[in-house]
Amino acid sequence: MLTLECPYCGVMADETELSPGYEAHLKRFGPGASPEEFEAYMFARKNPKGVHFERWRHSYGCGKWFLAARCTATLEVFGTYPAQVSEPPADIIAKIQARRPDWQPDWKATK
Amino acid sequence: MSTRLAKGGRLIDRTAAVEISFNGKRMKGYHGDTLASALLANDQMLVGRSFKYHRPRGIVASGPEEPNALVNLGSGARLEPNQRTTMTEVFDGLEASSQNHWPSLEFDVGVVNNYVSRFLPAGFYYKTFIHPRPFWKHVFEPIIRHSAGLGKAPTTGDADRYEQAYAFCDVLVVGAGVAGLLAARAAAQDGARVILLEQAPQLGGRSPVDETTVEGISVEDWLAKAEADLRAMDNVTIRTRTTGAGVYDHGYVLADERVADHTPGDGRPKHRLWRIRAGKIITATGAIERPLSFAGNDLPGVMLAGAVRDFVVNHAVSPGDRTVVVTNNDSAYQTALALKAAGLEVPVILDARDTADGALPEAARAAGIRVLTGRAIAKVKGGKRVTGVAVCAQAGEGAVLEEVSCDAVAMSGGWSPVVHLWSHCGGKLLWDETISAFVPDPARPPLNHDGSAMVSVVGAAAGLLDLPAILEAVASTGISARVETKGRRKEDVTKTVKTSVEIPPIWVMPQGAPITLRSKMWLDYQNDVKVSDVQLAAREGYQSVEHTKRYTTLGMATDQGKLSNINGLGVLADALGQEIPQVGTTTFRPPYTPVTLGALAGESRGEIFQPLRRTPMHESHEQSGAYFEPVGLWRRPYCFPRAGETHEQAVHREVLNTRSNLGLLDASTLGKIIVKGPDAGKFLDMMYTGVMSTLPVGRCRYGLMCNEQGFLSDDGVVARIDEDTWLCHTTSGGADRIHAWMEDWLQCEWWDWQVYTANVTEQYAQVAVVGPNARKLLQVLGGMDVSKEALPFMQWADGTLGGFPVRAYRISFSGELSYEIAVPASHGAAFWEACMEAGKALGAMPYGTECLHIMRAEKGFIMIGDETDGTVIPQDLGLDWAISKKKADFLGKRGQERSFLASPERWKLVGFETLDGSVIPDGSYIVAEGVNGNGQRNTQGRVTSTYYSPTLKRGIAMGLLHHGPQRMGEVVEFNTVSGGTVKARVRDAVFYDKDGEKQNV
Amino acid sequence: MSDPVSALGGVAFNGFAEVREIGPVGMVALRAKDLKVLDKAIKAAVGTKVPAQRRIEVSGDRACGWMSPDEYLLVMPYAEVPTALAALAKALAGEHHLAVDVSDARAVFRIEGDKAADVLSKLSPTDLDRLAPGELRRSRTAQVPAAFWQQDGGYTLVCFRSVAGYVMGLLSHSATPGSELG
Repeated sequence: MLTLECPYCGVMADETELSPGYEAHLKRFGPGASPEEFEAYMFARKNPKGVHFERWRHSYGCGKWFLAARCTATLEVFGTYPAQVSEPPADIIAKIQARRPDWQPDWKATK
Repeated sequence: MSTRLAKGGRLIDRTAAVEISFNGKRMKGYHGDTLASALLANDQMLVGRSFKYHRPRGIVASGPEEPNALVNLGSGARLEPNQRTTMTEVFDGLEASSQNHWPSLEFDVGVVNNYVSRFLPAGFYYKTFIHPRPFWKHVFEPIIRHSAGLGKAPTTGDADRYEQAYAFCDVLVVGAGVAGLLAARAAAQDGARVILLEQAPQLGGRSPVDETTVEGISVEDWLAKAEADLRAMDNVTIRTRTTGAGVYDHGYVLADERVADHTPGDGRPKHRLWRIRAGKIITATGAIERPLSFAGNDLPGVMLAGAVRDFVVNHAVSPGDRTVVVTNNDSAYQTALALKAAGLEVPVILDARDTADGALPEAARAAGIRVLTGRAIAKVKGGKRVTGVAVCAQAGEGAVLEEVSCDAVAMSGGWSPVVHLWSHCGGKLLWDETISAFVPDPARPPLNHDGSAMVSVVGAAAGLLDLPAILEAVASTGISARVETKGRRKEDVTKTVKTSVEIPPIWVMPQGAPITLRSKMWLDYQNDVKVSDVQLAAREGYQSVEHTKRYTTLGMATDQGKLSNINGLGVLADALGQEIPQVGTTTFRPPYTPVTLGALAGESRGEIFQPLRRTPMHESHEQSGAYFEPVGLWRRPYCFPRAGETHEQAVHREVLNTRSNLGLLDASTLGKIIVKGPDAGKFLDMMYTGVMSTLPVGRCRYGLMCNEQGFLSDDGVVARIDEDTWLCHTTSGGADRIHAWMEDWLQCEWWDWQVYTANVTEQYAQVAVVGPNARKLLQVLGGMDVSKEALPFMQWADGTLGGFPVRAYRISFSGELSYEIAVPASHGAAFWEACMEAGKALGAMPYGTECLHIMRAEKGFIMIGDETDGTVIPQDLGLDWAISKKKADFLGKRGQERSFLASPERWKLVGFETLDGSVIPDGSYIVAEGVNGNGQRNTQGRVTSTYYSPTLKRGIAMGLLHHGPQRMGEVVEFNTVSGGTVKARVRDAVFYDKDGEKQNV
Repeated sequence: MSDPVSALGGVAFNGFAEVREIGPVGMVALRAKDLKVLDKAIKAAVGTKVPAQRRIEVSGDRACGWMSPDEYLLVMPYAEVPTALAALAKALAGEHHLAVDVSDARAVFRIEGDKAADVLSKLSPTDLDRLAPGELRRSRTAQVPAAFWQQDGGYTLVCFRSVAGYVMGLLSHSATPGSELG
């Protein structure tokens, strides 16, 4: 049973205090989007063995959504960060690469 | 015969006798006895029957690994099946009975299986009962179910109470033998917050029995000091009678504390389940002795050598006057010496090894005990108990060299480290050839949240089977207890200490035993798995150990293979011609020992099984005799039956009264979410399919919410409170979900929008005042103008009524003149009473949710969860009027544009009335011509709501029908539960007051 | 108008710790973030400073607790809520915020006695040894959300009103004599 640190409260929260929200950093596609874009947004979910980015809500605590980078195989948590970003922050990327030198982001950084 | 010795017994108090009963027979024991030691003290060698062949079974072990001596403990509301006698502390009045036999323990009809055992080989059930298929369900399974199973399940509620508790520590040490005590002390001295768990009532593990001195002082003195030192430290918590049951992710450990098993009925919780979060876990769980596989090794009187030693030293109980010791290692010689020291006979020690010249064998010889090396047991003689052994050469095929009469056999096949907790969360194992056992591989530990090693292992659990090695490991590495505390991190030093103990791989005795002997060599005592069964599985092609386990049931008994696993693996590896590491081991899964369901349930039982949400008026409804139904976690009155009324009659009365006079509904559960901010209007326009930003202050508007797929998710009336504040009503079950949904979008998608939300559902009690006399009631209460002019339909106003501060909404879910009145919850009960009192002269009656449902169905109003099921879009329900065509975007808009949702071929909402006036069965489908590929009748629609309308005095229904709105007047057929169909005419879904004249007055 | 009644009417249970439902207690949920005038507004409403992350500032029978980066719980006598709301409205006029009376949406309990922590330890996955004085923890008690903090030698616990009966059941079960954690 996981523990994740809520980046808003600083509480090391027990999994039973959290609600899962599945894959992080999805881009919303609304009206005007192509069928392919909409399908990718609604249904195409990553399921990697290894580094993964997830949404979690500190539902029994501050009620805020945050994001977590963790390894789905070993359950190692590389870090948690606030949800108001469109891609993982640099310090999280650095932490992951320190632990998983072979891992590379599968997106193009926007800045 | 087994008996109590005149002297000794370090754990028993001879001044505190207790009386127990076993199968109704009264027996005497002492405080400090286990049930097993007390039974042996009373010469109760036969304690149960095996699972498959119903063979007589005696006590074989002295700890949690015991596979045989399981009993029904207690009676009535305190009956617990499958209790291990070796872990049960006796108390005065203890009642136990043996299991798995009929009609009696001494004479068991099921033993007939024993004589046909060659017809019940491994995989027997799979092979025999697979054909003909239907026979399994109707013939074989009922018979096998009847004869299978161990103890009897209790038939009454548990009289005891249970609880759970959370604990946190830097270092959790499981096991308080010498290694565990040293680990706990080292961690505590480093400043760590330490919890030390011990399954036994006292600390020390095996050391008081197996050792004389530790670090130069007597073992008793050493243990006393170690315990005193730990108890003196504020940062150490010691919990005895507490078994570390399971290790899970991120340092989460479950531990089962047997608080009051030994003091039943004293008011304390029987068990307490600890939910521990540890920074690091150190397992000091010791090792479990293995049996040897020789013919007849399951007879009562054949015991593990360590257990024999425990009973003699701890409880002054001798399993027999003459005990033959059989072994493949030195430790069993301690048993011989202990028996000798207690004045008992050891006619011979049979050592399968060719030589035995260590200190212990020499000591045995010096004590005058006959030691035969290279020898084995060919066969144990006896029926319900041991009468002797036949001796043979280990190297041979079992030719009998001599027979030795005895009444007990003490066996040792070596020791297997208890690696369960290490393995639960992914720790890997190595095969240690020196001791012929799996040991934890320190290079591949289970990992913690930060990627560090979560578990380390000390003592015998790490494969160090002798005290000098354990102490040396402490001295040379500082024990792996030196862990991260207070920011300091000390690396574990790779352990190089080796145990001096050697245990050769002896899996079958004698090594060349023929089938006649191998089919009497038990591996798994409880499940009756023999050497021959595992060999048969190998011959039949089972190569995976996991498959062999399931095929033979080896290790699937309640002891989960604690005794049988390694021996079984050894036999399987031999049969496959492979090495044990190649064969591998089965997966260790929690719990280490069974945890009673009561402890897992904890406090969640009876009144507090789950949270029940109650409105402020709940007590008043109870006093009115309301019949409640669950709505989410709420309990809402379904109806208010009067004396002599059925629920159906009550509901019909409530409908008619509300339509003709006045009904009062507790609507407090309705969700209420405040949405406020400069961007609130824009935000609500995204959340709802309709437009909320244009709603004038003081007005109400009905709205629909969809998920991103476009499916209808919730509905409710939105009120504009002021320029930048809206109040959104949700369904009763939907408030928390919708509030979380709003916050999700605000926090994760539109985080730059200036909007705050607050779920104020419980701040208000809400009463729906419904019916032709609704306005009159409010006027009687008085305080604000509720006239048609001052408060028209779909508007709201603040004011007072009867002295209560209220917000009155002029909305209707029934088609009647209706107000919903919100008051602060702390005045809710008083306001409800005031309405009931003032309504007496106006014919007021409370009504429940079923009346609400019927009235809304009569009006053709949809209900989330009835007309919707997660696959229905608003357009299916004819709610296009509530979907904005102008808005560029709202949640669900893109989803609804998908071709199959935009298709004109979808099933759409219409009303139905049966031709015969009957009520269409709930869940019915509308049948179509022909059958589908599975030979099932085609369908063209289904019912979504169906009721008897007391207003119209006939059955009414709503449902989804292919091309529904274009088929008015057509007659369709609904299937029924009893077969056949019922005919109904398609019609408009509004059955009552189509023009809305009644609500708009 | 009737007198306001708390969810359980002040019921109490005397176990190895004393459990009491108190109230009604005045409470305001304030949502605001990064406002210069927040200090002044909270001072005006309950007389305390703005609490830091996870802290609760207590001043007599008033308090202000940190609930999340943009939410505060203001505690005061029940009758003072309208005054506090008015003070907030005045101080925060023109600023984006939400202040709402939640007094009646909550139930409040006191848990008192030497072993009060044992009662909570059975219900909440919270490290109470490490809960600092003046720290407000939002967590769960068994199956429902709750917030609690140490105050006056015991704990004050806040939960939703509708589950007050459930929480009282939990607290009573946990405080049953003989079940001390030792």
